[in-house]
Amino acid sequence: MTEITKRNILKLMSAALVAGSAFAALPGMAFAAGTITVLNWQGYGTDEAWSIKAFTEKTGIEVVHDYYSSESEMLTKLRTNPGAYDLVVLNAARCAQAIAEDLLQSIDFSKVPNSKTVDGAFLTNPNFSKDGTGYAVPWVWGMTSLAIRDGMPVPDSYAALADPAYKGRVAFDDDAIINVGLGALMTGQDMNDPKDLAKVTEALKSIKPNVKLLWSTEDQWNKSFAAKEFDLSVFWSGGSVRSKRNSKLPVTFVVPKEGAVGWVDGLGIPASAPNPEGALAFANWMIDPTFYVEWATKVGAPASANTAAIDALPADDLSRQVHKAEYLKTMSIMSALPDDRREAFNNVWQEVKAFYAE
Amino acid sequence: MQNDQLTLAPARGPSGPRKGRALPPWVSTTALLMPTYGWLTIAVFLPLLTMFAFSFLSATPMGKAPIIFTLKQYRAFIDQPYLVGIGITSLLIGFWTTLICAVLGFLAAVALVRSTFGKTREMLLILILLPFWTNGLVRVFSWTMVLRENGFLDSLLHMVAPDAGSIGFLYTRYAIVVGLVHGYLPYMILTCYIALVTIDDAIIEAAASLGARWWTILFKILLPLAAPGLISGAVLTFVPVIGSFMEPRILGGRVGVTMGTVIEDQFTQAFNWPLGASLSFTLLAVVLAIFATFSGVLRRGTTA
Repeated sequence: MTEITKRNILKLMSAALVAGSAFAALPGMAFAAGTITVLNWQGYGTDEAWSIKAFTEKTGIEVVHDYYSSESEMLTKLRTNPGAYDLVVLNAARCAQAIAEDLLQSIDFSKVPNSKTVDGAFLTNPNFSKDGTGYAVPWVWGMTSLAIRDGMPVPDSYAALADPAYKGRVAFDDDAIINVGLGALMTGQDMNDPKDLAKVTEALKSIKPNVKLLWSTEDQWNKSFAAKEFDLSVFWSGGSVRSKRNSKLPVTFVVPKEGAVGWVDGLGIPASAPNPEGALAFANWMIDPTFYVEWATKVGAPASANTAAIDALPADDLSRQVHKAEYLKTMSIMSALPDDRREAFNNVWQEVKAFYAE
Repeated sequence: MQNDQLTLAPARGPSGPRKGRALPPWVSTTALLMPTYGWLTIAVFLPLLTMFAFSFLSATPMGKAPIIFTLKQYRAFIDQPYLVGIGITSLLIGFWTTLICAVLGFLAAVALVRSTFGKTREMLLILILLPFWTNGLVRVFSWTMVLRENGFLDSLLHMVAPDAGSIGFLYTRYAIVVGLVHGYLPYMILTCYIALVTIDDAIIEAAASLGARWWTILFKILLPLAAPGLISGAVLTFVPVIGSFMEPRILGGRVGVTMGTVIEDQFTQAFNWPLGASLSFTLLAVVLAIFATFSGVLRRGTTA
């Protein structure tokens, strides 16, 4: 047994002091830097290793990820895991729904300096705001339209999907909202509120002999396209750039005369986020031209909502070529759907799928 | 318990404290059953009950939506008639998968029991169980590489006949059944194996010595005596197969729409849990109705 001497007591006291001060310093450090948990699709910008490394070096904030594989799964995760996420990537159409359910908190744009050069149309998009307050930082936008194998005639209308020339050579995105939207565009209706769903159902059903498969992930699309299972597909503009650049697939993105189905993704902060400051810093980094140029040129990205970031791209960049400004004129942006319409869209697609399977 | 009393009671004497403290038998029975039933209540019964309650709601009870009770979810098969077709497809896929599993599984089990013994049999059993060690998703994706156009199957064919067309049948119902049979065959082999291994060799020898041919032995002795295994294997296969969604989705392509994928869509894509739950319980009712119809056959089979 050590005797209780003056020296031992001193040692003990200093040890206690060090331990105590360290403990007191801990929450402060966690506040200044700490961790943020991002909820996103896997492999979609926020989880690029080089970007997270650069961000952590700059700010000291660690970035952790959790993923969802469908937008409804994302909403389910937000609803059922309060306090688990600091930043969530969500589509404009889903954003309004999340705001209505009080799942998001308002954004302090003064802490996102890069938002100054974000296109005003995105900032004031009714899906991203409520009563004039912004609830998400507009991040990237893109289009869903057609992708065709190089060397084949370029379709100028969605009617090509039903063209007998493509018998058994067409792939569809297994997404009710997109496909009903396309059906609406094919029949000359408003994509967000088609009045005649029966006509949409008919148009989608008429494609049956051409439909080879319904894809649900980009990886599946790439594998099947590489295996030459289809030639014409409903596909994403950003996905086509990635497939062409990374997998060297012979694919061309086409926007026919009816216009593309447009989407814009935002970065929202859940109402229960433990580290909103860190999340704002990361959101600012996500629309930073430095990050965007690297992401778009090395990996392939949708178009940034930040005009300054797009302008920083080289003129021959694939992403810049695909996301032509002229497409914006014909593009319809997907907006929030009321529950009954969403259910009706889902039922139409379910019915069409059942018809395809017969 | 009885053994305890037999050995300890004489040592302590008839008037020892032990005898007075002996618990009635129902206490020990309850104590032994408690963990199982407690677990079943918490892990199976309560979630199932919650889903059953969900199936009577008008919308998923999350967020600020008001809770309204309704029976409309159970009208889905009337309101959306295409669901009937999907249901029949699922039952047919279940039927064919179970039938193929039963034939292949029974024959494999017979081969295992009648023709192998000792180390060889153990080895073969392990080989049968091997597919269970790999993730189901991996198994299904590997089939896509075999069955697709210009896949392994086509490559093999073109080695023999270079000018032959494609025999790849990915994205058809056959592909779904192939994937499902691969996944569930081990259950059938194991249940048949357990039933067959208990058959006394003397019975078969007696039949053979009395002049019975192999098909008589197979159909008059092995098949009836192994019926309990065959039936439990069929139930173990049929029930999960008609609710399967991964195999149809990946191997089925355009035709991969079954009750399983419809229910999964309700939970993931459409976020309509009540409809998903009501479809699940309707499916459960159909399965129970099928089993009730054939209950006579099943009972005779399991007690034979």
